[in-house]
Amino acid sequence: MSRVLIIAQHESGTLNPATAKTLSGARRLGIDSIDMVVFADGADEVAAQAARLEGVSRVLAVADAGFAQPVAARLAPEIAALAGDYSHILGPSTTFGRDLMPRVAALLGVNQISDVQEVLDSHSFKRPIYAGNAIVTVKAPADSIVVATIRGASFSATAEGNDSAEVESRSAQAADPGHTRYIGLQSGGGEGPDLQTADRVVSGGRALGSAEKFELIFNFAKKLGAAVGASRAAVDAGYVPNELQVGQTGKIIAPELYFAIGISGAIQHLTGIKDAGTIVAINKDAEAPIFEIADYGLVGDLFQLIPELEQLL
Amino acid sequence: MKILVPIKRVVDYNVRVRVKSDGSGVETDGVKMSINPFDEIALEEALRMKEAGQADEVIVVSIGSKDCQQQLRTGLAMGADRAIHVVAVEAQQPLAVARVLMRLIEREQPGIVFLGKQAIDGDNSQTGQMLAALWDRPQATFASKVELADGTATVTREVDAGLETLEVDLPAVLSCDLRLNEPRFVKLPDIMKAKRKPLDEIELDSLGIDPGPALEVTTFEAPPKRSGGRILGSAQELVDELKNKGLL
Repeated sequence: MSRVLIIAQHESGTLNPATAKTLSGARRLGIDSIDMVVFADGADEVAAQAARLEGVSRVLAVADAGFAQPVAARLAPEIAALAGDYSHILGPSTTFGRDLMPRVAALLGVNQISDVQEVLDSHSFKRPIYAGNAIVTVKAPADSIVVATIRGASFSATAEGNDSAEVESRSAQAADPGHTRYIGLQSGGGEGPDLQTADRVVSGGRALGSAEKFELIFNFAKKLGAAVGASRAAVDAGYVPNELQVGQTGKIIAPELYFAIGISGAIQHLTGIKDAGTIVAINKDAEAPIFEIADYGLVGDLFQLIPELEQLL
Repeated sequence: MKILVPIKRVVDYNVRVRVKSDGSGVETDGVKMSINPFDEIALEEALRMKEAGQADEVIVVSIGSKDCQQQLRTGLAMGADRAIHVVAVEAQQPLAVARVLMRLIEREQPGIVFLGKQAIDGDNSQTGQMLAALWDRPQATFASKVELADGTATVTREVDAGLETLEVDLPAVLSCDLRLNEPRFVKLPDIMKAKRKPLDEIELDSLGIDPGPALEVTTFEAPPKRSGGRILGSAQELVDELKNKGLL
């Protein structure tokens, strides 16, 4: 009995693109039956989106007021209750999935395979360790359920197909433990494309010097139609909010075009961008490690070079 | 209230890790080892809670070979009251670690288990969440701010969309992100004092843990290298190159 269950991530009634990327990982398993489960307060709209994705066999829509916000302690027992029908349970390797899926794995008595970057077969996977300085091949035991998170930067999103899968309504199984209360979300990111899915990303580092001067990055990104990212140093210095951080502890991204501006290129930052198509680095220090992985480099003062580039675009 | 802080001995943050030529693992011989930096931040936060009168005792625990005692002593030098070393010959996978920690929870009855959101060697980010599941208690992962009040913790979490706030009842498992605090430096007199603090050894086998089905790591390989690029002479040259590649 080989069947896959994918945990859908969604916000404000929209399926998060990480879900369709997880589906792409699932479709490499060589297993035909792929279900997706949507937990929501009113799951219809998101379930319909999930059902349209190519390769989805069935969507389980579990609606409950308690699912208005994704609380791992609330969702994990629900998923564990569904697990008996499945050989694989997959979630995205986003903060949603990274928070939730190990809790599911523990309830099922297995270790999780975190951050799958390549699916070799139904039970063999490649994943990065040591901030991507090594890649390991991991084999899961054939006789126990596989719980894994799928690294979005390694898979393109599955598109919608011609048909819509059947949507099955289910009711919540587990009671709310009541010990975890969602208070709120503070989001500082401005307009512009989403960092995690954008084709173009412009990131700024400590060399920008201040939140005011970081505007240069926002303006340049706007001109390019790019999302804005930042190095850890720039976030720590308070130039931009945390959700813009790119790297080992921030977001792992794979845009077609990446600009690293005033970023020296600590290994933890490089981890976050090494799947990018083309990397452009602009830094006044010719010895900066970012140039070792950049496809194109400009050595010089970013405060001169960026306005010049803007002029030329 | 007791706070239990699991710490992992890992290759130091600043070491550039290399895969062994035979693909059997990564080079760890003669490499500097440290407390996993995320765990160190968790320990710092626990110590600040104790200093603020919100906790009575901070216990550091590590699972592994005798060498782990170096990191436990560092934890004691930072200010932990006592240490528990679960002696294990082989590295344990996250589920086994969570099951060991669950045994220690039964013994110690902590109000908070505070750990790093991930270890920088395996990058698994599983142990805290697993422990919360086994304990059937709340989890607040990736914390960048924690406030304690009256049997609850209000935790600001770094999530992809921004900063999420959860309120959890204690006892609970908390895991921290990088921006929670900056750990203190250890001073020499504290290192001396730490030598006299209690460090209990428990044999892993004596806990009777079922490690669960193990994942088998078959090969280690170095990541594909990005081919080195070119330094261009001007902004114009860059724009031309990107246009030629169809990127602009």
